[in-house]
Amino acid sequence: MKNGYSRYISKTAKELQPSGIRKFFDLAASMDDVISLGVGEPDFTTPWNIREAAILSLEQGYTSYTANAGLLELRQEISFYLGSRFGVDYDPINQIIVTIGASQAIDLAFRAILDQGDEVLIVEPAFVSYAPLVSIAGGNPIAVATSPDNGFKVTSEQIEKAITEKTKAILLCSPNNPTGSTLTKAELTEIATVIKKHDLLVVSDEIYAELSYDEAFASVASIEGMYERTILINGFSKGFAMTGWRLGFLAAPKEFVEVMLKIHQYTTMCAPHMLQHGAIEALRNTYHEVESMRNSYRRRRNYVVQTLNQIGLDCHTPGGAFYVFPSIRATGLSSEQFAEELLIQEKVAVVPGHVFGESGEGYIRCSYAASMSQLQEALKRIQRFVESRGVVAVNHSENFKVTQE
Amino acid sequence: MQLTSEEVEILKIIEENHKISVETIASMALCSEETVRTTIEKLEQEKIIISYPTLIDWSKVEGQENVIAMIDVKVTPKRGVGFDEVAGRISRFPEVSSLYLMSGAYDLSITVEGKTMNQIAAFVSEKLSTIENVMSTTTHFMLKKYKHDGVNFRGANDDKDRRMVVSP
Repeated sequence: MKNGYSRYISKTAKELQPSGIRKFFDLAASMDDVISLGVGEPDFTTPWNIREAAILSLEQGYTSYTANAGLLELRQEISFYLGSRFGVDYDPINQIIVTIGASQAIDLAFRAILDQGDEVLIVEPAFVSYAPLVSIAGGNPIAVATSPDNGFKVTSEQIEKAITEKTKAILLCSPNNPTGSTLTKAELTEIATVIKKHDLLVVSDEIYAELSYDEAFASVASIEGMYERTILINGFSKGFAMTGWRLGFLAAPKEFVEVMLKIHQYTTMCAPHMLQHGAIEALRNTYHEVESMRNSYRRRRNYVVQTLNQIGLDCHTPGGAFYVFPSIRATGLSSEQFAEELLIQEKVAVVPGHVFGESGEGYIRCSYAASMSQLQEALKRIQRFVESRGVVAVNHSENFKVTQE
Repeated sequence: MQLTSEEVEILKIIEENHKISVETIASMALCSEETVRTTIEKLEQEKIIISYPTLIDWSKVEGQENVIAMIDVKVTPKRGVGFDEVAGRISRFPEVSSLYLMSGAYDLSITVEGKTMNQIAAFVSEKLSTIENVMSTTTHFMLKKYKHDGVNFRGANDDKDRRMVVSP
């Protein structure tokens, strides 16, 4: 190119910041024998019955396109699942779209609702994709920082303070990546008051819904007056251990779905046919396996939270997902320094909290989607690292009772 | 026997790995170490926890390979005691590692372990067939173990974590 490539790249694309996780990934991937607590996906393989259903689908030759919104049979299963499991009713005919992971669903939602300059409130610390997806759709992401004193749960005051004339929607993610904090029905009801008052939409990322440990999961759409203003996003990745399948779905009032379906049909056509057969099986016959995975995560969460607190890293007990988000302030290091030095000294990978937003500084994200023996070894190494930074372990008995959210 | 959810929780944890420390069990089940100790003791006494065997793939250890056979046995049940008496008699042989009463074409299913095929053949012809009420036996030798008690027999590399080291 005569004048270099830069002038060919769009301004929006140029302004996108590369994810802070990327840099860290490169460093961790270059090392051997790393125990990773940095992984945002289950340590389980997809249950065999689901894999088998997709294999059978291929064997039977289901290799064509499906309806844009996905197989009707799958949408019916999703409708039944959302209704029976979370008490929200969506018509499989015109209120549900099967997407390429929950990520595509979030992208569709923003493209469908945002005009240039519209503001979207993003509750932080947050999953790294939300803000860039808002920008790509022409909107402005506005961070709403949460506080560790409130277990990283957003309050109605925090939301109200961030609202301007341009605010169109708020993105909620509960249970949350990276903090694991989970909003109860009562907390959602309180937040809903502000959202209704200012006539905002909610894009609700409920991908971790199946991984709620202490209370039954509450969907925003089930709160009085919220159904009409909620785009519900969920998928198979986390609860069903199907991350690599890239299968998610969205459910919303049909006026939104109609628009999102238009974008979906032009950009994507439909989700892969054979994988949709796997998803049908997942929703029909995986209840016990999902429950057993959930129980396994819950036990590991209890162990990790208690051990981190004993080590001297302050850690609240998250209500869901498979992450803990301990404070590393006691070490005097920044999140990035902590994660880097821990990786180099002890070969344990965690994700520095600042990549999830400014309010994540001073914290690290540790995933407990790892085997008990890996977790035990990793925590031993973290303890050694933290001790080398002069942090004193907390007396066991004092810290015995793990506080519940 | 009705157990509390805490007791079930402790069972689920040690079912996966009984070598895990009392301290770790307590932190996973959100109870005290004392509770873990007394619960395990109680469940052992109640014979709900029966024993703590270790699953070993002997086929990988040279000179320690076992020969295993599954034997279908037809039996004439005895008035008053049914199959129990003959089952009790068979189960006393140390070669017998499992014994079940089955529905279908035969009555008892026996798993027998021995060092050699001859040893098992001798057991069948000299011990098992000669028991009163045993009408017939069909012996199947096991060629390879793929899965046992819910555990897949894997190679050293089969459990490799295929996930990327760090992901959002």
